[in-house]
Amino acid sequence: MTQQGTLNFSQVNKQFNSNNGNLKVLQDINLEIKSGEFISVVGSSGCGKSTLLRLIIGLDAEYEGAIELDGNIISGTDLNRGIVFQEHRLLPWLNVAQNIAIALQNAQLSQEEKHKTVQEHIDLVGLQGFEKSYPHQISGGMSQRVAIARGLVNRPRVLLLDEPFGALDALTRTRLQNELQNIWEKEGITMILVTHDVEEAVFLGNRVVVMEPRPGRIKSVLDVDLPFPRDRTSYDFLKIKKEVLKEFGGHLAAEISHAEAPVWSTGEYKLSW
Amino acid sequence: MTVNKQNYFVYLPWRGIVFPVILILIWQLIYLAKIANPVFLPSVFAVIEQGHRLIDNGQLWEGLKASLYRDLVGLSIAIFLGVSIGIALGVSRLAGKVFLPTFNTIKQVSPFALIPLLSFWFGLHEPAKIAFIVVSSVFPIMINTYEGVRGIAFDYVEVGRVYKMTTFQLLRKIILPAATPSIFRGLHLGVFFSWLGTVGAEYFFTAGAGLGNIIVDGRNSSRMDLVLFGVFVIGITGYLLNIGLSYAEKRLLHWQIQKQ
Repeated sequence: MTQQGTLNFSQVNKQFNSNNGNLKVLQDINLEIKSGEFISVVGSSGCGKSTLLRLIIGLDAEYEGAIELDGNIISGTDLNRGIVFQEHRLLPWLNVAQNIAIALQNAQLSQEEKHKTVQEHIDLVGLQGFEKSYPHQISGGMSQRVAIARGLVNRPRVLLLDEPFGALDALTRTRLQNELQNIWEKEGITMILVTHDVEEAVFLGNRVVVMEPRPGRIKSVLDVDLPFPRDRTSYDFLKIKKEVLKEFGGHLAAEISHAEAPVWSTGEYKLSW
Repeated sequence: MTVNKQNYFVYLPWRGIVFPVILILIWQLIYLAKIANPVFLPSVFAVIEQGHRLIDNGQLWEGLKASLYRDLVGLSIAIFLGVSIGIALGVSRLAGKVFLPTFNTIKQVSPFALIPLLSFWFGLHEPAKIAFIVVSSVFPIMINTYEGVRGIAFDYVEVGRVYKMTTFQLLRKIILPAATPSIFRGLHLGVFFSWLGTVGAEYFFTAGAGLGNIIVDGRNSSRMDLVLFGVFVIGITGYLLNIGLSYAEKRLLHWQIQKQ
């Protein structure tokens, strides 16, 4: 099986030119993403992480440098790159099945195949029975699941997620993070997730890319060498989370170390103080 | 659900009929008390009797048929022109900038002011009336369609672009459906003004049959009972036309979140 879903960023720079001067949004972005990797990009507002996603998906084509997918420079949008936005952006006049199917509008598949794969992806995100429901009838979490199904239905080589769970409540967020991890393990698609939630980034990613703003650039890339499925309460997990938080400035990490209590993981006792 | 005795009335389905019934009662009382000259304000029963007569001799049906025909032809033309031009102006930024100022200016001109022009160009019969109806109703449809297309959340268009939709696909699958609520707002106004325009046209271009003609004839022979009956029929027909549109709207826009 050929390596699919590798991304390469070489010296990617972007600036917005306006009457008030030029705003450098991305500076010297260099990154290599391997096939099937899950990359979390964390950063505070204004660090250019969403802009970076828009460049990859092809909604924005003005930048310097090169972004390559499997060795080919990307240009414009393409069905082999999928995206899930923060707002689910489901079309209100279509039901769940039709919303997913609209992604296959221009796919080279027969009607039967389209129907089959739409149903497969509805099952994948756990929405069986809701095929004919409309967006205004389902909850925010369900809508975002439809958006994920829609992003995956073309079997893209890379799926981008722009703070997909940001608008959801904490319980739904946690549940969807677990589900996304399951889907990723099952499908093996390269995924790039942008978030400002450090725990989410560490939970989901093979590597965490920390970005800082003004101008947006990569500060560091940390490996998350933990087995899947991840355990949020394990000592190792919290250790890595603390490392990432350290990247954001000393005071945040200090707060965490004060709050650290003895951690008990299931099955064995580990004391940490 | 427990409801206060006092609030119970509010929940009855036919509460809207109470006010007109009261007005009719007051009207009849005024007539009986001989406060007004009966030539000016005939009895409710006289009006009903006129109505009977018109229904029996077929005149009401003739007039209603003719008026509705004019109305629907004019409205169809107005919808066709208004929606297509509205979409064109909305989709093409350049076209909007070039043509909108002109349309915004023309729409300020009352259709009545155009009657001398229309009668010269179209004559005094059906074509003139239909032209009048079109002029009366096309602009609200056009403007609301335009705003519907312009006001679409850019988010949805981006979704279309991500899935490589052609411009035509974008229009059919995203822009048009998203603009439909606005278009219906324009259609409501269009239905309203086209009916107004129909009656107005019949006042000014008096050749032919129509509900407006019934009223004009009644006025000319000082038959207020005819006039009042005609007014009722016009009012009720207009109301029913709007209800018909609302019904179609509810079916097509079922996906909209009801903000009640």
